[in-house]
Amino acid sequence: MSGPSTSPAAAASQDELIIEAGRASTHYWSDLWHYRDLLRFLTLRDIRVRYKQTALGVGWALIQPVVTTIIFSFVFGKLAAMSAGGVPYPLLVLAGLLPWQLFSAALSGSSASLISNANLISKVYFPRLIIPFSALGVAAIDFLVVLALYVCASLWFGRIPSWHWAMLPLFILVALTLAFGAGAWFTALTVKYRDFKYIVPFLLQVGVFISPIGFSTGVVPRWRSLLDLNPMTGVIDAFRWCLLSDGQPFDLRGISFSIVLSALLTYSGLWYFRRMERTFADII
Amino acid sequence: MTGDPIITVENVSKRYQLGHQVLDDTLRDRMARGIRSAAERLRPGARGVRRTVEEFWALKDVSFELHRGQVLGIVGRNGAGKSTLLKILSRITEPTTGRIRMRGRAASLLEVGTGFHPELTGRENVYLNGAILGMSRAEIARKFDEIVAFSEIERFLDTPVKHYSSGMYVRLAFAIAAHLEPEILIVDEVLAVGDAQFQKKCLNKVSEVTRSDGRTVLFVSHNSAALQSICSVGIWLSQGQIAGQGPINECLAAYLHTGNHRADFPAPAVERPHITSVHVDPRALAEGRIEVQVGFKSPFPLSPPVVGVIISSKLGYPLAGSNGRMAGKAWQPQPTSAGVVTACLDHVPLHSDTYLISAYLGDASMDYDQKLDVVEFDYVSPRFHPQMPPLHVIGQGDFGWRWSLRAD
Repeated sequence: MSGPSTSPAAAASQDELIIEAGRASTHYWSDLWHYRDLLRFLTLRDIRVRYKQTALGVGWALIQPVVTTIIFSFVFGKLAAMSAGGVPYPLLVLAGLLPWQLFSAALSGSSASLISNANLISKVYFPRLIIPFSALGVAAIDFLVVLALYVCASLWFGRIPSWHWAMLPLFILVALTLAFGAGAWFTALTVKYRDFKYIVPFLLQVGVFISPIGFSTGVVPRWRSLLDLNPMTGVIDAFRWCLLSDGQPFDLRGISFSIVLSALLTYSGLWYFRRMERTFADII
Repeated sequence: MTGDPIITVENVSKRYQLGHQVLDDTLRDRMARGIRSAAERLRPGARGVRRTVEEFWALKDVSFELHRGQVLGIVGRNGAGKSTLLKILSRITEPTTGRIRMRGRAASLLEVGTGFHPELTGRENVYLNGAILGMSRAEIARKFDEIVAFSEIERFLDTPVKHYSSGMYVRLAFAIAAHLEPEILIVDEVLAVGDAQFQKKCLNKVSEVTRSDGRTVLFVSHNSAALQSICSVGIWLSQGQIAGQGPINECLAAYLHTGNHRADFPAPAVERPHITSVHVDPRALAEGRIEVQVGFKSPFPLSPPVVGVIISSKLGYPLAGSNGRMAGKAWQPQPTSAGVVTACLDHVPLHSDTYLISAYLGDASMDYDQKLDVVEFDYVSPRFHPQMPPLHVIGQGDFGWRWSLRAD
């Protein structure tokens, strides 16, 4: 009876379901798979709602990176006259801004996700991980819009994408898992301690300044080891290696650190999220 | 009714810790508490200050079985544990102890239009809400036309639901829910909303699917007529425990005839005019009316018997009261020394909530007896709006506002 069109709950409970204290994990991962359409609709909802009743619509996704790129290019490229290592300064900034905005949107979105969907949590069952996942989806789609902008800008400056681009999905994944790991921690903590509602925007604000968005890591050799403590440094460098191609060193150490940290955060974040999940409906 | 039960609930209890949220809501509170208790431990000779977190058992040792095709009605007062039981059965929250075995896929409908987004169109909300209720995209697409036809809102399908009337909103939400096809359907007080005709349509749909497809339904409602028409068996919950269990008619009768809607008073030691009973008619409540019956007895004929009735909020603030004297020429009963006075309110200007009734007894010139806040009852308003602000914001009164706009 479980064709491809059966309801999610159907195939998930072919065998009987036991509800007991501490048994929430039964069928969890298969349920998660069966609720994939919900993930899709929640993501669609957030994207559609965001640009409803706006005159510019999806243009808003572009305005912020464009303005930031112009300002950063002016401040770092012109005023501070930092070197871009032979690439047009706006491209350098935009290539750094891309991963940062992806990370920042994914982290702030997933951290706030449970609280902003409190009505769903207290009224209906589904694997709660769907909610932070859908926030990642929203961030990823915004990212694709800005990536398209980057491609246009890159061609405008007469630069053709190289084979380095093939590695991009991997680094997107690293940025997303970093955001997801931290986001899973924050969103589960926010359910209980609303303090984290204020902590995350603050962290991200600080992050803008301690990430090499407006400048290349090559121009600050003295502070390099300090900069490397920020896991986004490795991701930003890797993005620049992909997108700018020539003249950009591949920093294996930086990206390895980011990958290891994202794995640790995701593993522990999932553990904490799952541990707290069964009390969400009671305390949210 | 043969074979193993489809749902087996064994000794299910649910404990909530009162004040838990308030105590721990921010990190600062948590840290302050930690520091305080550490300081207390360090202080020599300090008596151990034990913080007692108050416990509250929303459910206590609830057990029952349900067979395939049975429709179970759950009755009980507000706070009796009905919603907690449904939340546990729907896997929204875990039981503290006990065990439930379900042998079929379940879907629950604890609220009308959960997850409806006002900015999205009717069409978009059908897909979103369907997915929230556990349907797959393909399943929703297959039933889409049927859902739209059932909801009777074809013309507004591409209008954002924030422009819908509450009736349209509820109809669309119900239409989606009505097309769920689980083996076990868990439904909370949702039929209290929507117009009478649509309610009937929904009830018919529920009885249709239970009869033809052998679906098992668990159903909470204050509407005894609805319960009687679709349920076969009933459970009466009182203070988290099962107070009665059996065929729905017996269960309802037992529930409705307990102190829930009625208070009786013994004769006072000194003989004087007194109130013998105060009763809020549950059948009238089910129809959205309030009917209060006040029984009285007096050593001498009261000329005329005057009864006063006051409806108060559950916090005890008087909201609407009147008495026979105020009725003037419209009500001039015979002098009598015993009887029952019935006070009816056909158009109740109140939102759904728990209310208290006070009763007074007197004659043309003076009061003899009063019973304050003696009967508590749940009023379920036939008017309902899904985006209604909470009652502590807008108040209990529902006076039927009229709106107009002069655009400049």
